[in-house]
Amino acid sequence: MSPTISRRDVLKSLAMSAAATSVLRVIPAQAAEYAHHMIAAEKAAAKNYAPKFFSPHEYKTLQALCQTIIPADADSGGAIEAGAPEFIDLLTSENKDYQRTLGGGLLWLDSTCSDRYEKVFLDCSPEQQKEILDQIAYRKSAMANPTLDPGIEFFSFLRNMTADGFFTSEIGIKYLGYIGSAYLKEFPGCPPVPEA
Amino acid sequence: MAQVTRSPKFYDVCIIGSGASGGTAAKILTEGGLNVVMLEAGPPVNPEKDFKEHVWPYQLPHRGAGIGGKASDNFSEFLAPNGSWDIEGEPYTIAEGSRFRWFRSRVVGGRTNHWGRIALRFAPVDFKSRSTDGRGDDWPITYEDVAPYYDKVESYIGVFGTKENVPSAPDGIFMPPPKPRCTETIVKKACDKLNITCIPSRLAIITQPHNGRPPCHYCAQCGRGCISASNFSSSQVMIPYAEKTGRFTLITNAMAREIVVGKDGKAQAVSYIDKPTRTEKKIYAKAFVVGASACESARLLLNSKSMMFPDGLANSSGVVGRYLTDSVGSSGGGVFPQLAKVPPHNHDGVGGMHMYMPWWKFDRKNDFLRGYHIEFGGGRTMPGVGEFGALCDYVEGYGATLKQKCRESYGTYIGFAGRGEMIPNEHSYCEVDPNTADEWGIPVLRFHWQWSDNEIKMARDMQQTFREIVEAGGGTYYSRVTADGPNPYGIEDGGVIIHELGTVRMGNSSKTSALNGYCQAHDVKNLFVTDAASFVTNPDKNPTLTIMALSWRASEYLLDEAKKGNL
Repeated sequence: MSPTISRRDVLKSLAMSAAATSVLRVIPAQAAEYAHHMIAAEKAAAKNYAPKFFSPHEYKTLQALCQTIIPADADSGGAIEAGAPEFIDLLTSENKDYQRTLGGGLLWLDSTCSDRYEKVFLDCSPEQQKEILDQIAYRKSAMANPTLDPGIEFFSFLRNMTADGFFTSEIGIKYLGYIGSAYLKEFPGCPPVPEA
Repeated sequence: MAQVTRSPKFYDVCIIGSGASGGTAAKILTEGGLNVVMLEAGPPVNPEKDFKEHVWPYQLPHRGAGIGGKASDNFSEFLAPNGSWDIEGEPYTIAEGSRFRWFRSRVVGGRTNHWGRIALRFAPVDFKSRSTDGRGDDWPITYEDVAPYYDKVESYIGVFGTKENVPSAPDGIFMPPPKPRCTETIVKKACDKLNITCIPSRLAIITQPHNGRPPCHYCAQCGRGCISASNFSSSQVMIPYAEKTGRFTLITNAMAREIVVGKDGKAQAVSYIDKPTRTEKKIYAKAFVVGASACESARLLLNSKSMMFPDGLANSSGVVGRYLTDSVGSSGGGVFPQLAKVPPHNHDGVGGMHMYMPWWKFDRKNDFLRGYHIEFGGGRTMPGVGEFGALCDYVEGYGATLKQKCRESYGTYIGFAGRGEMIPNEHSYCEVDPNTADEWGIPVLRFHWQWSDNEIKMARDMQQTFREIVEAGGGTYYSRVTADGPNPYGIEDGGVIIHELGTVRMGNSSKTSALNGYCQAHDVKNLFVTDAASFVTNPDKNPTLTIMALSWRASEYLLDEAKKGNL
C-alpha cells in the first residue's frame, strides 16, 4: 500500500477537522487557491518578458551567459528554460549591489571583448567567447593577469545566481531528483544505504 | 504626540507579548476564569495566507531569496512571518568592542511561528549550577518543582521522543518519534563507534491526532508555519483556546512603552503606542504578565521609571538587564560519499532533526564546565537558493561539468551544530541607551557582550567532535573555522542562536534577583515576568519548553493568589 495520500484527501480531512474544532483558524482550501493564483501569475509573466533592470542588449547577453553556465542536456533544459534570467533580473532590479556587480560586469565583458576582438561578446565567434569565459571562470587566471579581476568577480557572482535560478526551478528540482513536499501518512524512513 | 486615550475597560490581567510565555499565560488565566487583555507589538497572523507551506521555490518570483535577495539574512522568504535581525524604525545599539545580534518577531505568536520546535527539558543539575561547580547561581526552584509543568506542557502541546534514561536529558511524555532518515542512520552508526549518545530527538510536532489537531504529514516545512497546526505555535495552539473562553481581548500593533505604578506601589496600567494611529493609550489591570521576550521585557522594566522605582520597575536589585546569556553555537559539516549512492527517495520527514546527541560527557573531566548537545541535518532536502553556492565557488568553471557536479553533490552533505551552555559574566548585559529612541519614542537597548574562555573551549570541543563523527561515518569534514579572530572555533556572535535570556532573573534574595520562583517581582506583587528573562542559567537545552512550563506554573500561582485576594 502506498503511504502517499493526495492533497485533495488532506484538504478534505483538514476542512473536516477544522469544522469540528472551529478554534483552529485553518482554511486550507484558501491556501491552495492562493498558491495556484501565484503559479498562474508566474506563468503569465514568463511570456514576452520585459526586463526590469537590464537593457535589451544586456539581457540577451545575460541569457547567453546563463545558458552557458547551466546548459540544456539530455536530462533537462538549461538555465533559460528554468527562468534563471528572469529571476536574476528581478533581484537585480531591487538591489544596488547586484546592479553594480552584474550591470558593471556585463559592461566590463563587452568592453574587454571589444578591446580584444573588436566585437561585443554576443558578436564574438564561439571560439572567442570560450577563450574569454575560460579565463574569467577561474580565480587562478587573475594571478597571470590581474586585469581579469572584475570579470572573475562578475562571473563568480553570476554563476551562483544562475545555479540558484536553475536549481530552484521545476526542471532543476526534477533534475536533482528531489522527491517530497508531499502529504504522507507515515514517514517511510531510509532505503538501504550502500556502504561508503 | 496626541492625547493619551484611557481604555474604559478594566481587566483582571494584562499580558504583554503573545509568544511562548504570553500564549501559555493567556490560556491558563482565561481558562481559570480571569478577564485577560493581551498586547502584541506586531500584526495578527493568518496561517492560510501568511504560511507558505507546500509552496515550491518556483512558485515565488523571488524563489525564496526575497526582495533584492535579502531574505536569506533572515533565514528565508519561506519562513513563517518570522521577524528579523533589523526592524526598520526600531533599532538597538551595540557597545564598542561588543558583537551581538538580536532577532525579534513582531507578530501574534512571536517566534513560535517559525521556531525549531526542539522541546528539551532542563535536567536537575541545570537548576543547581553553583552547588555543582561553583560558577553562576542556583535557581530558587528545582527540577522537581518544574517537572509537573513539563508534564502538563508536553501533554498539551504534543512532543515526540523516546524514553532513554539519559541523566542530562530527562525523559518526558512523548508521542512515538518518526523513523530515522538516511543521514540519521549514518550519523547514529558513527556515534555508536565513538560511544557518543545519539537518540531520537524531542520536537513539539505531533505524530498522532491530538486535541483535534491532525498529525504531522512529513513535509519538513515546520519553519514555514503549519496550516494543519501539527506542530506547536502559540498563535495556533494557545491563543485560539484563550479566545474560545470569551474572556480574552487581543490588541495587535500595540507597542508597550511603560508600566505605570499607582500610589500603593503596585502596577496599575501599561502605556502603549497604538502603531497605526501613532497615539499613546493606556490599559488598566489588576495584574501584569510580561512576556515580551527576555531583552524586550528587561527594556520595558528599565523604561518604567518612577519616583518610587528610579532605576526601573522591579529593579531595586539592579539586576535587570544583567546576566544576559545566549547558547554557545558552532557548526561544521561533512560530505558522505555513501549518500550519493542512495536512490532518490522522499527524505523530508518532520521539519527538524529526527535524532540528536544530548550532552554525553557529563560523567567525565572535560577542559570546560557544563555541556552541549549536537543537532544535525542534511541530505536530499528541498533545493533552495544558496544550495550550490559553496560548490560553485569550489569547482568553478561552467557548463555540463558544473551542472553534473551539482547533481552528484546534492544530498551528500550533513551539517552539525553544537548548542552549549554559557555561564553568565559581568561583561554581557543590556541597558537602556540614553542617546537613542525608536520611532515610537521609546529608548532602545544597548548590548554589551563577551564570551569567556569556557565557551571558547567548548566551541573547540564541538569542532573536534564534529570532525570525529564525520570521519567515523566515512565522510570528509569541511570547516572554515580558525582558532583566533572574533569567532574562535566558529563560536557565533552573542544572540545569533536566539536563545538570549536571563535579564530579569529569579532568585531567593531581593538583593540579587528581580523575581521569586513564581516569576513574581520581589518589589511589585502584581507583576510577573514569565519569559526566559526569568532564567538563572542557560543550559544546553533550547529554552522554549521551559519558558512554557514556568509560565504555566506562574499563571497557576497567579490564579491562586488572585482567588485569595493577594494581588
